[in-house]
Amino acid sequence: MTTWLYDGSFDGFLSAVFDLYWQRRSDVRICKELAYVPSLFGPAIFMPTVMANAERVWAGLRKRLSATGLEQLFACYLAEIPREEDNMVGFIRHVFAGSENVETDFGNAYVLRVSQLSRMVHREKHRMEAFVRFQHTAEGVYYAVIEPDYNVLPLITGHFKERYADQDWLIYDLRRHYGIYYNHKKDVVDTVNLQFKPAYLGGRDVTAVWSPDEALYQQLWQTYFREANIPARSNRRLHLQHVPRRYWKYLTEKHPPR
Amino acid sequence: MSERILEKLSILADAAKYDVSCASSGSDRKNHNKGLGNAHPGMGICHTYTADGRCVSLLKVLMTNHCIYDCAYCVSRKSNDIKRAAFTVQEIVDLTINFYRRNYIEGLFLSSGIFKDPDYTMERLVLVAKKLRTEHRFNGYIHLKAIPGISPELTHEAGLYADRLSVNLEIPTEAGLKLLAPEKDRAAMIRPMRYLQQEITRFESEQQTMKHVPKFAPAGQSTQLIVGAGQETDRDIISLADHFYRQFRLKRVYYSGYVPVTTDARLPALQSKVPLIREHRLYQADWLLRFYGFGPQELLSDQHPDLDQDVDPKLGWALRNLHWFPVDINRADRLLLARVPGIGMPTVKRICEARRFGDLNWEQVKKMGIMANRAQYFVSCKGLPPSRGDLNAQQIKRRIIDPAAQQLSLF
Repeated sequence: MTTWLYDGSFDGFLSAVFDLYWQRRSDVRICKELAYVPSLFGPAIFMPTVMANAERVWAGLRKRLSATGLEQLFACYLAEIPREEDNMVGFIRHVFAGSENVETDFGNAYVLRVSQLSRMVHREKHRMEAFVRFQHTAEGVYYAVIEPDYNVLPLITGHFKERYADQDWLIYDLRRHYGIYYNHKKDVVDTVNLQFKPAYLGGRDVTAVWSPDEALYQQLWQTYFREANIPARSNRRLHLQHVPRRYWKYLTEKHPPR
Repeated sequence: MSERILEKLSILADAAKYDVSCASSGSDRKNHNKGLGNAHPGMGICHTYTADGRCVSLLKVLMTNHCIYDCAYCVSRKSNDIKRAAFTVQEIVDLTINFYRRNYIEGLFLSSGIFKDPDYTMERLVLVAKKLRTEHRFNGYIHLKAIPGISPELTHEAGLYADRLSVNLEIPTEAGLKLLAPEKDRAAMIRPMRYLQQEITRFESEQQTMKHVPKFAPAGQSTQLIVGAGQETDRDIISLADHFYRQFRLKRVYYSGYVPVTTDARLPALQSKVPLIREHRLYQADWLLRFYGFGPQELLSDQHPDLDQDVDPKLGWALRNLHWFPVDINRADRLLLARVPGIGMPTVKRICEARRFGDLNWEQVKKMGIMANRAQYFVSCKGLPPSRGDLNAQQIKRRIIDPAAQQLSLF
């Protein structure tokens, strides 16, 4: 068994898939270079990304899958789960094996896994659309920090661009060290990497640059959150099911001043 | 200044929380003007959940909790000795915009106690919505309370700015309403509902034939029924809901377990528990009416006027109707599959899509999101353990509710 390493990009993965077909190999696993752990699985070779080959695989997939099916496969990549490539390759082989669209063939284990994993990724996407909490800075940017389970920034960009078309905003993924920044005058979203001053605790604490009203609106929101609760109906189990603890860190309403 | 607004918000959010409507979906209001907010493609987002597990998607406040009425079940009733407050129109607009910009909310839910008279109160609510839409180019979600007794002109104007309107019926039976809210009458509540339904229908048909017809309450109307304040049965409630869904094309009927807020001989005592399980079962039954093709008489009848507390209504129905089962996973029609306990609509869709590629066995079906330990007694499928055999309804129910009992029966 040989391991082929790719550069970590989606195109890198597709390009490696092309080589699988080109060399007619079935004894190869595909793995991210950075996620590779030398193991019993024999030698590892780095496969450079060839854009043209990646595009050919994608074009083939587009002929056989709907937009939804394509997005589901991409979501599996965004999950960034080690070894998930094995299932993605199995799925792609199943797609190319026949002529009809098999994305709903849930009796097939590869297809089922793709649909389940993409559901998990989309749940995280939806949670981020809900749990992003912008803080308004003195410079007029609405700034939010997230640490999602999966790499969902590419999936939520459109939602925030549509919704906040008349303000500048920045959503930063601290776990993956990059963010998306929208400039409303230019109407474009850019990917950004930031170096934070020590005072900002790596981007987690930006109280120093708040706009004059920010503290009041956070307090108003905390007040609202407290009053909206009906103690006679208290249901902690249900609450935690909807808002698991790992999301509390960046939820303004969960940190009222003592 | 900031102290006062904090106090107002605290009073007027507290007073509004007994209205349980939380939907922020179904509007599909696009951000077409590079303004603020977008309700396309009409998905709602729950931005957070309170400690009682209810979702927060809208800023839900009263314009004021001053009220000229004295309804027994209401915390803002005239005779209740509580702190009163009133927002200005501008204060609500500022709160909504600033909460929305920070991604706290999907929009605004605005209701009010009735001061002076219904029209005067409604004018203020409409003014808030109008300011948001016109001065702030706000495309987020707005839900306005339609106050019983308002003029058709105002109802019409409200529909032009709001995504959803609701008239709360609150007390499910006329007798109960007479007892608990003698100043209100059912007919005055139904009138704006009827008017809204006609307007919504008229706008919909005009939109199909003409361009540039404005939106009119695109997310429709809803209502709320309080559960457990009067003597009504579940059958009263569900047939009323069914009537509203059919006659008024309501988008939602909400059920609100009565939370004791005042001492009153006509109502459950202050210490009595909120009927949470009953409320939950009503929502499940409501779902079966709206999405699963059940009729109200299938779920409740003269012999069976209240829903079971210990099993959900679908399982209850299945146990009373074992002659429908087992259902063949690979052959059964969509709606029949959906009647199997432990199989929900999303799973039905998956099964129907997957079985086109060939017959599914039990191992495959189990992985598709069904609750296998429930469904196994009601389906037939290759590879299914022959567990159901000649079990009667009682035995099946016991095995589902208490899986441990099944283990014991083997020895």
